[in-house]
Amino acid sequence: MPKDSGIGAAIKRREDARFLLGSGRYSDDITLLNQTHAIFVRSEVANGEINSIDTSEAEAMPGVLAVFTGEDFVDVGGNPAGWLINSRNGDPMKEPKRPVLAHGKVRHVGDAYAAVIAETEQQARDAAEKINADIKELPAVIDMASALSGKNFVHDEIGTNQCYDWGWIEDNREATDKAIKNAHHVTTLELVNNRLVPNAMEPRCSIADYNPANDDYTLYTTSQNPHLTRLLISAFVLGIPENKLTVVSPDVGGGFGSKIYHYGEEALVLAAAKRIKRPVRWTATRSESFMSDAHGRDHVTKIELALDKDNNFLAFRTETMANVGAYLSNFSTVTPTILHGTLMAGNYAVPNVYVNVKTVFTNTAPVDAYRGAGRPEATYSLERVIDKAATELGVDPIKLRRQNFIKPDQFPYVTAAGLNYDVGDYDAIMDRLEHHADLKGFAQRRKKSEAAGKLRGLGINSYIEACGIAPSNLIGTLGARVGLYDAATIRVNATGNISVMVGAHSHGQGHETAFPQIVADMLGVDPDNVEIVHGDTSKIPFGMGTYGSRSLAVCGSAIVRGVEKIISKGKKIAAHMMETTDDKVDFEEGVFSVKGTNKTVSFGDVALKAYIPHDFPIEDIEPGLEETAFYDPQNFTYPAGAYACEVEVDPDTGQVTIESFAAADDFGNIINPMIVEGQVHGGLAQGIGQALLEGCTYNEDGQLISASYMDYTMPRAADLPSFIVDHTVQTPSTDNPLGVKGCGEAGAIGSPPTVVNAVVDALRSANHNVTHIDMPLTPERVWAAMNN
Amino acid sequence: MYNFEFKQPTTISDAVNLLKSDEAQALGGGQTLIPTMKQRLASPSTLVSLTAISEMKGICKNDDGSISIGGGTTHAEVASHADIFAGLKTLAENIGDAAVRNRGTIGGSLANNDPAACYPAVALSTGATIVTNSREISADDFFQGMFDTALEEGEIIISVRFPVPTSSSYQKFVQPASRFAMVGVFLSKFADETKVAVTGASEGGVFRWSEAEAALNENFSADSINNLSVDQNDMISDIHASKEYRAHLVKIMTQRAIKGAS
Repeated sequence: MPKDSGIGAAIKRREDARFLLGSGRYSDDITLLNQTHAIFVRSEVANGEINSIDTSEAEAMPGVLAVFTGEDFVDVGGNPAGWLINSRNGDPMKEPKRPVLAHGKVRHVGDAYAAVIAETEQQARDAAEKINADIKELPAVIDMASALSGKNFVHDEIGTNQCYDWGWIEDNREATDKAIKNAHHVTTLELVNNRLVPNAMEPRCSIADYNPANDDYTLYTTSQNPHLTRLLISAFVLGIPENKLTVVSPDVGGGFGSKIYHYGEEALVLAAAKRIKRPVRWTATRSESFMSDAHGRDHVTKIELALDKDNNFLAFRTETMANVGAYLSNFSTVTPTILHGTLMAGNYAVPNVYVNVKTVFTNTAPVDAYRGAGRPEATYSLERVIDKAATELGVDPIKLRRQNFIKPDQFPYVTAAGLNYDVGDYDAIMDRLEHHADLKGFAQRRKKSEAAGKLRGLGINSYIEACGIAPSNLIGTLGARVGLYDAATIRVNATGNISVMVGAHSHGQGHETAFPQIVADMLGVDPDNVEIVHGDTSKIPFGMGTYGSRSLAVCGSAIVRGVEKIISKGKKIAAHMMETTDDKVDFEEGVFSVKGTNKTVSFGDVALKAYIPHDFPIEDIEPGLEETAFYDPQNFTYPAGAYACEVEVDPDTGQVTIESFAAADDFGNIINPMIVEGQVHGGLAQGIGQALLEGCTYNEDGQLISASYMDYTMPRAADLPSFIVDHTVQTPSTDNPLGVKGCGEAGAIGSPPTVVNAVVDALRSANHNVTHIDMPLTPERVWAAMNN
Repeated sequence: MYNFEFKQPTTISDAVNLLKSDEAQALGGGQTLIPTMKQRLASPSTLVSLTAISEMKGICKNDDGSISIGGGTTHAEVASHADIFAGLKTLAENIGDAAVRNRGTIGGSLANNDPAACYPAVALSTGATIVTNSREISADDFFQGMFDTALEEGEIIISVRFPVPTSSSYQKFVQPASRFAMVGVFLSKFADETKVAVTGASEGGVFRWSEAEAALNENFSADSINNLSVDQNDMISDIHASKEYRAHLVKIMTQRAIKGAS
């Protein structure tokens, strides 16, 4: 096995060739014979009662084939929440129906209430303008605190805007309250985790193809998890039998969470294709993406940190309001709870943690998991309040963190927030960070900045996250309505090359390169002889897709289990070929050998024998060499890291520039370091975007003010420094066969508090009494903080 | 986008004639109009493209030392031309992004008079003359408020004539999403006077900050405007900046322009 291509090799991503040459095949690239076009009519008001919808004029327009409204879907199901969360008092969460098209009421700007199908997109668009809806605008529910106290409801039938009032862990509440009451020092911080629009480069696109001959359907759609999408459509929304529905997600141009979920547009094109018996396609405009993709974050939080006289952490207590938007998106109920509350011990040996989350319906787009999903919110709260405590106590923020870290000899460590961290070495990570960040030189750099009229700040953070979601037996007890295993089929072809069908979906993660490295390493073959097949439910086993940094830890482990089965069967075939028994056969570097002899057969010969079973013991061994493995993790994985950022602040304008950024992460074992670095870079860019630039803004009437790139600021290359990325600390996960942890979200989780800590540090260096600024740290906000 | 007729005349007179038809609209580089049409917010029946009219393109130095720029000249051409003075060069090379600079034109920008566009600031600050198919208009008369100019229906900008200042500076504080000016200050220093034009800041569109000009004519130094401020009530307020912050930035950017032109 050439060590320059197996596990640990930094080989270039093979899929990049087609992406860079423009030969990727995205959903919108698919053209079907006789295809038609769908256009959605969306609400222009945040809250409104639909008195009537007159479609007659639209139906008479040229090229129009069908018009749909919410009436057409009253007899089908709703798009469900994937996770049941109970309130502290035991009441189940409120679950208002999320219909395919709005019916009775529209509940956010962009809520689709009608759709037109026509021969051309232009005709559909023209006809959509002729739909005459009488919608009575009602006062919008936007601000979360007002939503909880007011009598104006997003869903009248539930009589409240609160989805649930969740406590974690409820049994720890009293002890936490007591620890805070009796503490030597308590630091309190109120903060907002700003709402974000995911902004995948490729807008959502769905194409439905109905075949009347067999009464079956194919849905081409931009999904991070085609099997989950099929399950939701089949079991909950339209009732199409799973075996009559194929979901294909070809190349997908980024998801960041927003393409995990099933959306009404998918159901609409399927229903329309059946009605008109022709393919129906829809591609979102960028404006539709802004209005109707599930948004991220949007928490308002109060956090308290209690310390004893020696600066040991005694308790974290958090009260959070989490915005869920107008409807429950599939993972919206678990994101602010299980994925957030369970991380509220951070990297720290803190004896008491209590988290209260009230999730609130508002007349805004649904909010759901977005790169990091709950863990960025947890990390931001923790690492901001710790920094504030360090300032209040006059102690070094690194020393304060180190003092309270869980130590290597304490693992496995069950935290006060209920997770079982298997392994880690947070001091070693911090050592690497200090090495890269050149802390000793900071004073000199600050002087230099000051000489140029700028303020300079240094921000530090440490984070932990829970990835590799998730152990099904555990999450089942926590309300999950699905399992979160994954699956792989290893098909060794007769000529010795290998097709691997996986449940994970690659939309930027580099699976087509990294997964073959695992197979090649285990089988001693060239990774170029291994092909990954994903994104088509008719080809792949039932897997749960890609999100939560799970693909490698869960699907990668399924691949390992599948390859182990291949090796086991290969040994039986080899034993027959070498006239011995399989317990006497070794397999190494692509060669089967008989222990203690010089008899060998190659992997290729065994593969050929499996498919040309002349002289084959078919009574004992089946022909063929293909195995499927499902893998369900026994625990989460726990990547951890420490980040440092230096900023300059222009005191005249409040403009922040990032001068340097260093990230030290422990991702356990690494399959391809080049892909890992790319993932960290992307995550950092997104986290810095959240910290400085991105803010999704609704006004009090529920109009989306930041509805285009003219007003929503995406991070650009010029906004970012050259990143220093280090992953030399590797404590392999003890809970999966690869020892991997996951790296996709780390950068987006760890960077926002790092940047904010740095800006606050810069301002304090000029004697501004600033303890906090809410993200995004726009120039005006920073300027106002200096001048208030 | 709705359907429309597309015309591409090669002479100014043909363009003027075509623009006489009902709901005809001139099209420069299309950096504002095309996105607006794609969103179905504008629906001209005829688009008259000005990009094939060679007499509206290019940059030349006039006998009196002024510089004329054809209305159909792109920002990229302005930015890279040898005869362009410092402030204008900075301005042109920082509009939008490379794609915008390669398509967008000076005539289109001035005719649109977006309150956050850059070109109105240099035209007003240098005392430029807007040359149309029928007359010459001084910059002081040309800009008449947000998206409003002295142009008559169907009148097109053939060229712009810029007096060349002895020194100049453009200081732009970008609106981070759009890269338009949140506040942009163009300062032109001539032998006998200094002019300061501000874009991006005011509800009334681009304006001359006359108090600052008076102070600078007395004493050309950044400190000379320390005690001055623009009226916050006139400023734009949006999600990127309040009136108060924009008023503050006008002063800061003006002081930077003073230093830049010193």
